[in-house]
Formats: sequence, C-alpha cells, structure tokens
Amino acid sequence: MIEVKNLVKRYGNHLAVDHLSFTLESGRIYGFLGPNGAGKSTTMNIMTGYIGATEGTVTINGHDIVKEPGEAKRCIGYLPELPPLYMDMKVGEYLYFAAKLKEIPAKEMEESVNQAAQMTGLTEVMNRLIKNLSKGYKQRVGLAQAILGMPEIIILDEPTVGLDPIQIIEIRSLMKELAKEHTVILSSHILAEISAVCDHILIISHGKLAASDTAENLLRQMDSSNKLDLIIKGEREAIEKELRTIIGVTNLNEHADEPDSYSCTVYTDGTEIRDDVFHLCAKRNWPIYEMKYSRANLEDVFMELTAENENEPEEEPASGKKFGRAKKAAAKEDNE
Amino acid sequence: MKAIFERELKSYFTSMIAPLFIAVMTCIMGIYFMAYNMNYGYPYFSYSLSAILFIFTFSIPILTMRSMSEERRQKTDQLLLTSPISVTQMVMGKYLAMVAVLAIPCLIFCLCPLIIDSTGTAYLAVDYSSILAFFLTGCVYIAIGMLISSMTESIILAAVGSIGALIFLNFLVSLASFMPSAAFPSLIGCIVILTIAVIIIHIFGKNAIVSGTIEMAGIAVMTVIYLINPDLYENCIPQLMEQLAVTEVFYQFSSEYIFDIAGIVKLLSAAGVCVFLTVQTVQKRRWS
Repeated sequence: MIEVKNLVKRYGNHLAVDHLSFTLESGRIYGFLGPNGAGKSTTMNIMTGYIGATEGTVTINGHDIVKEPGEAKRCIGYLPELPPLYMDMKVGEYLYFAAKLKEIPAKEMEESVNQAAQMTGLTEVMNRLIKNLSKGYKQRVGLAQAILGMPEIIILDEPTVGLDPIQIIEIRSLMKELAKEHTVILSSHILAEISAVCDHILIISHGKLAASDTAENLLRQMDSSNKLDLIIKGEREAIEKELRTIIGVTNLNEHADEPDSYSCTVYTDGTEIRDDVFHLCAKRNWPIYEMKYSRANLEDVFMELTAENENEPEEEPASGKKFGRAKKAAAKEDNE
Repeated sequence: MKAIFERELKSYFTSMIAPLFIAVMTCIMGIYFMAYNMNYGYPYFSYSLSAILFIFTFSIPILTMRSMSEERRQKTDQLLLTSPISVTQMVMGKYLAMVAVLAIPCLIFCLCPLIIDSTGTAYLAVDYSSILAFFLTGCVYIAIGMLISSMTESIILAAVGSIGALIFLNFLVSLASFMPSAAFPSLIGCIVILTIAVIIIHIFGKNAIVSGTIEMAGIAVMTVIYLINPDLYENCIPQLMEQLAVTEVFYQFSSEYIFDIAGIVKLLSAAGVCVFLTVQTVQKRRWS
C-alpha cells in the first residue's frame, strides 16, 4: 500500500507538485493521467526516492521513503521516463547488475533474470549491447529491470512511449498479468492507454489531484451532462426560443453554417430530451434533418478536469465532482 | 557496493579509459625510469616517481571526469538512487573502482625497485614507501576529481575543473611564499577564507541564519584573538596553505626519505573529506 500525504515539490518559485495526497491499495492497476508538465513524473520520482519532496511524506508498505529508504525501495520496481540503461553493457549483464543492486539473493538471481527477460521478450537479445538495440527493445530492458525480483509495487512512467502498436498491446497484457499479484502504477498522457488497462484513474493537473476514481465512475459523473446536435428546418428565432423551453436544456450553441435551417448543439443536464424535441418539431411542422446524441467519453472528462483547474487556479482539488461542462464546451466551440 | 564497483571497473576497461590511463602512466614512468635509474644509474626509484607526479594532474581527471557526471547526464543515476543501496555505497563503489584502476600502474611500478636491486644497490624501503605515498596522493586526486564530476553534468567541465583544481593544488606551496606573513593582513586573509567557506556552506545549506551566524561568530572570534595576541596570526596563511598542499607529503617520502605517518593520515583524511562531500553533493541535488 502506498500512502502519499500532502506532497509538495518546489523548483525555485515553480510549484511542480502542490499538496498532493492519495492512498493506493494493493493488487490494482492505477493510472496517473495528466497533460505534459502536470507533475506526474515528479510525483513518481518522489515516490521512488529519486528526489526528495519539499514537504509531505510518502509511505510504502508502512516504510517512510525518507526515513527507511532501503526497506521502502526494496518494495518498488521503477521504470523512469527515460529507461536508465548503461549503453556499454549487454542486456544480460545489465539485468544481473540490476539484480545485484536490488539485493536479490545469489541463488534466485538467475531465475529472476530469466523470468524478467522472458516476460518482456528479451531472451533472444540477452547477449547484445544495449546501445545497439532499437528504442522498443531498450524500453523492454528498462521494463525488465523494473519487474526484476517481482517487487510488490511496480511503477512505470510512460511505459509505452516509442513502442509500435504490437509492442504496446504486449506491454499492456503484461501489465494486466502483473496486476494479478502486484500493484502497478503507470503514468501516461494517452487516455486510451489508461482507460484500457487501469482499474483506477488519478487525474493530475498543475500538480494537484483533479480527480481520483474508476473509469466507469468518472464517465457516470460526466453522463449527467450530455449533448445533442440538431439540424432543424425552419425559422431560427422561433426554433431557438422553443428549444430553450424544453425541460433539461441547460445551454444552446448555434452554428451558423446552414443556410435555410437551424443548426445547433443543445446541452442538457442529463434528462432525455430527444422525445420532447421530436414532439415539438412535429407539432410545429419543422422537419428534423439531423439529430445526433453524444455521450461523454474519458477525453471529455480529462479536458474538463484539466481545463477547469487552469481556469480557476484558486479552486481546491475536487474528487471528480465539479463539472461546468456545458459552459466549457461552449467556450471551446466558440474558439473553433 | 560490490555490484557498482564491478560494473564501474568493467566499464573503465570497455571504454578504453583504464587501458589508456595505465598505458600513459607506465609509458611515461618507463621513460623516466630508463633515463634516471637505468641510464644515469641513480639508485632511488622515488626520484623518478617525483618526476611523474605532475602527470597525475592531467591523467587523473581523465579517469574521474565521467564518474558522476555521466550518470547524471544519461539519467542512469535514477536506477542507482531508486535501488535499496545508499548514496554512500554508490559513491564508495565508484571511488574504489577508480582507486583499483590507479593501483594497476602502481603495482607495475613495484617491479622497478627490484630491477634496480638486481643491477646494484637499491633503497627498497624508501622506494616502496614512496610508491605507497604516490598511490595515496593519487587517491586524494581521484576524490577531488570525483567531487568536481559530481557537481556538473558536463564531462568536459568536470575534466577542465579537475585539471584546474589539481594544478592549483600543485602550486599551493609556491603560492604560499607570496602570502603576507604580518599579523593584520593575515587576519584579513583568515576572514576572506572564512567567508569563502561560509559561502560554500550557504550553497549547500541554503539557510541564511546559519550561514550568517557562522560568519559573524567567526569574525568576532578572530578579531578577539587578534586583539588578545596578534602574534598568533603571524605567518598563519602560508602555514595553512602548506598544510593544505597534499603533494608535499609525497616529497617527504621521496626526497627527505621520511616515513611520514602524519602525512599518510593527512592524505587519507583529505580523500575521506572529498568522498564525503561527493555524497553530500549527490544528496543535495536530490533535495533541491
């Protein structure tokens, strides 16, 4: 179990991590999601003891990373953003070196190295120099190093960067495999990746925790606001006025690209309004050319949470509850 | 520590730095040995050793330049610092690997007194104790080079910085004669040295109150001592510089034929201080 309390990291005047607190349970896959520069890597570097925090504590399985670094670090396998590889070593040599650093007993060393190499598909390249490997293979060597000795907690910082689609699928299935017995924490700015493998998502924005929940729950919260794209033939003012009277409509955004019809996006508070729109148009004899209903996806959640923080820097980190989505989406479309 | 020691040692040999270092040291030694001891028939091998001590100024920085800066540049220090080993173990592993590389030419040099002995009179005790002092001086230089390497990410900067520092160290005794010996200028000199030390403490500690207090208290104590007994300050700066000149220890062995135990302690403590400061530099970087 990992407990992060009130973590702060300052680089001069820049606040990279801003009073971050969360608890991660064993045996799950956690995803750190956030835009570039959100503080994901810094948080991971602090959690693994590579850098010290300005304030706050990190406890790994009951061991404080600062007070008992040896015990805490023994529980962790870490793949940093850039795999820490010695280019002048062979893959096998490197893995044995990493095994010695991790203080794996000599008897189990060979088995551990072979297991890690097998799981990451490195068996064929054990005798090759690391500098001659492709980027994908280098990433795998870094990953093998992280899972070496099967630590309880495996922390991977953007593990699939630079890999081809087949390798990405392989790594994802490996992570799922690992999660059966280990806690896996991975960071990414790619939403699809996080939603594909993670049980629980932590959205980090500007060094703060913007949301922490399962993917389903984050989507369910977003479901409370949906949008409906409409193209209706008829008089603009009348249609707009009538649409606004429908119960559940929170906002309406007009598009000016249709010559003799009214095109708009209707935002709702989650109420089903398609029936009402149909009956209204039928009554007024307005032909409906198009009606498209769209639900929120994880991308919307991400945009919403990270953008909200940007607009309202004073606001306290919420746990995925504040959604001024209609307003934000309208602003976004206005920009377009 | 053993893992890092082994890896570093292997890396020095695969990267050609160690073979180059050993070749340069033995080659130049060979030239002096041939000229002084073989050709002119001078019986002391320590004389040839003192001639090549200056080579350390350039060869040791080549050995130490990559030691810490390369890890930082390639971000491989992330592997070391997130593993269960401590920073002290990591630094010691690296230090001992460089010391091991240095030991190889020194062991080769151990053959030279025997060669002299086989052709005539040799002063084995002087020669072997000089080789020991030569080796220990090298250990101090390595510690200095490693400390400078830990301060930068650039290999070139580490090399140039180390060469500069070692040249300065070599000139320290000569420079001492230019320093004022009268009491008042010495007091000013001591305050300047204190201020430099406080600035270094401030860079490491970033605590204005602590640094300020040390500076103020130091100046007060020095002034009081000066007012009570100004004679204490006479000649103190040149003496201090001579004490800091670690190279002088070797000359006690090689030229004065004295087995200087205090000097050996001095060399070991100088190396220890630099290794300690290297550990602190690495630690400080993690916390800033």
